[in-house]
Amino acid sequence: MADLAVPLPAATGSIGLDASGPRGPKPRHVFSRRNIFLYGTLIVVALYYLLPLYVMVVTSLKGMPEIRLGNIFSPPLEITFEPWVKAWSSACTGLNCDGLSRGFWNSVRITVPSVVLSIAIASVNGYALANWRFKGADTFFVILIVGAFIPYQVMIYPIVIILREIGLYGSLSGLVIVHSIFGMPILTLLFRNYFSSMPEELFRAARVDGAGFWGIYFRIMLPMSLPIFVVAIILQVTGIWNDFLFGVVYTRPDTYPMTVQLNNIVNSVQGVKEYNVNMAATILTGLVPLVVYFISGKLFVRGIAAGAVKG
Amino acid sequence: MTRLENPSVSIQDLSLNFGAISVLETLNIDVAEGEFIVLLGPSGCGKSTLLNCIAGLLDVSDGRIFIKGKNVTWEEPKDRGIGMVFQSYALYPQMTVEKNLSFGLRVAGIPKDEIARRIARAAEILQIEPLLQRKPSALSGGQRQRVAIGRALVRDVDVFLFDEPLSNLDAKLRAELRVEIKLLHSKLQNTMIYVTHDQIEAMTLADRIAVMKGGVIQQLDAPQTIYNRPVNRFVAGFLGSPAMNFLDGRLEKDDGNWHFAAEDVRIPLATYAFEKEPVPGAAVFGIRPEHVAFNSGSGWPFTATANVVVVEPMGSDTLVWLKLANQNFTVRVTSERTPNNADTVSIGFDPMRASLFDAASGTRL
Repeated sequence: MADLAVPLPAATGSIGLDASGPRGPKPRHVFSRRNIFLYGTLIVVALYYLLPLYVMVVTSLKGMPEIRLGNIFSPPLEITFEPWVKAWSSACTGLNCDGLSRGFWNSVRITVPSVVLSIAIASVNGYALANWRFKGADTFFVILIVGAFIPYQVMIYPIVIILREIGLYGSLSGLVIVHSIFGMPILTLLFRNYFSSMPEELFRAARVDGAGFWGIYFRIMLPMSLPIFVVAIILQVTGIWNDFLFGVVYTRPDTYPMTVQLNNIVNSVQGVKEYNVNMAATILTGLVPLVVYFISGKLFVRGIAAGAVKG
Repeated sequence: MTRLENPSVSIQDLSLNFGAISVLETLNIDVAEGEFIVLLGPSGCGKSTLLNCIAGLLDVSDGRIFIKGKNVTWEEPKDRGIGMVFQSYALYPQMTVEKNLSFGLRVAGIPKDEIARRIARAAEILQIEPLLQRKPSALSGGQRQRVAIGRALVRDVDVFLFDEPLSNLDAKLRAELRVEIKLLHSKLQNTMIYVTHDQIEAMTLADRIAVMKGGVIQQLDAPQTIYNRPVNRFVAGFLGSPAMNFLDGRLEKDDGNWHFAAEDVRIPLATYAFEKEPVPGAAVFGIRPEHVAFNSGSGWPFTATANVVVVEPMGSDTLVWLKLANQNFTVRVTSERTPNNADTVSIGFDPMRASLFDAASGTRL
């Protein structure tokens, strides 16, 4: 029959449209301009930040004669761990020659109670502010927030006097109290915002169920707030561990935290500058916050995001 | 208002202010034993606030609340003998369904075997036995709301409070759970106070509806009364979907007979039951779209012809928009009789089914 000779349109293409054109996902090229710029920038920035760390690690593993050659970027010819051992156990600060170890344990004794105390108080504060709108809550909150904006330096001397009067000046517990107080505004804000972002009906349901202030806090709110606790712990651990100012002002040489002791080792003016020991001591001091970040990075981001949603 | 004898819940002169803003104003309502009351109104009318006051979650500014004859105005929520169901379910996310149900009982220090007995009963009534060991995150919306109802159920209370419990569900589930709540009420015979902005829920569930606006109860009556004889224009317009037709015009009297006149349209009111002796003046005539007959010939006290403006098919029936006295007027017709745009059609109705409102105050005439 004649009409059979008429060519049929391709099965997938409509009549009049180009059937041979692009179809399916758009192809992506590995070496596209976009990728080169993106990864190029990332690599340059990463190098920029990692280079000092590289120099520190490399230097700390060299002996002093090798350092004096001046090739700071070259890897060590002879690897030695002696500077690390010396930094930890026998570097001298003034009359003491037992290295950073004493400062490390001082820092632990300062950090752990400060973190626990400040978070315990701040979380209850935040919970009370967010859920129990007590009389004067707004005023209290404003005062706390103002407290977060006052520079610490203003309060150093008054606190010295207060601590002296109550007999805690120079002791570790004095410093713990100072850290707990100064952590309060930002932590309370953090917890208040997190608890405010929780559905209010949950709180109401718990009240109808008969739970009181502490019952709701411990049985309903706490189990739901792991992310924000992780954020608070990281903020406090790194903040208190890295603190230098309060450490140097409120403690005595035998209770100096690690940071102050590091400064005293690195900045000692007598004798030869032992660059390898200084590098090792610095890395040792920075290790704790670094480890904390590496372990809890994911939870940290999640918690920050959760706490930041609502003002 | 009329007071009931031995009411299950009684609200007396309740006021609530947030600073200078008055949310509830000297509100009075009595709820009878075993009655299902629905608080209905647009958002911001104070219906949820009233419920929270009854629950004890908000402190009142003035007035008293009685539950089962006991003055509970200053009582804690747990001591009021109420169970509450929330819109967002408010299940404790870290607890299993069973722990969610038992939380209140454990807080109250009730013996273990009694807790188990009550949970078993609630789970059976609500058919959530297979879900008891699951966490709320592993439940669907309907299941979650069932658990939330269960949490109120195990408390063995006199009064159930529902705060828009179905608003977070999709249309199909909402219809299902609506029926279940109705069944639950007929089974338990508890007093229930139910807040919603959904008029279908209000009409289907309530023994009596309290229509609220601006913190004031506009009308408290059986659903049919509210639907057929709204006390003011707000209630008339709020209930009913599609909404009631309103024609602006004047109330006139000639030859001893009352008429409603708007432009060339004259509606005789011989069959209309006035609330009180009418006076001539500006008025609003309201009639529901389903009470208007369509192309059904004469025999109605009022007939007219009008042009079709828009036709809205809604499946089971069709809404026809007309121009009557130069004002919008809708008629509900079965889908088989759908006219075309620009057709001229005839309509008729009996003013007996209409509502007349004062133009200024909006109250029923």
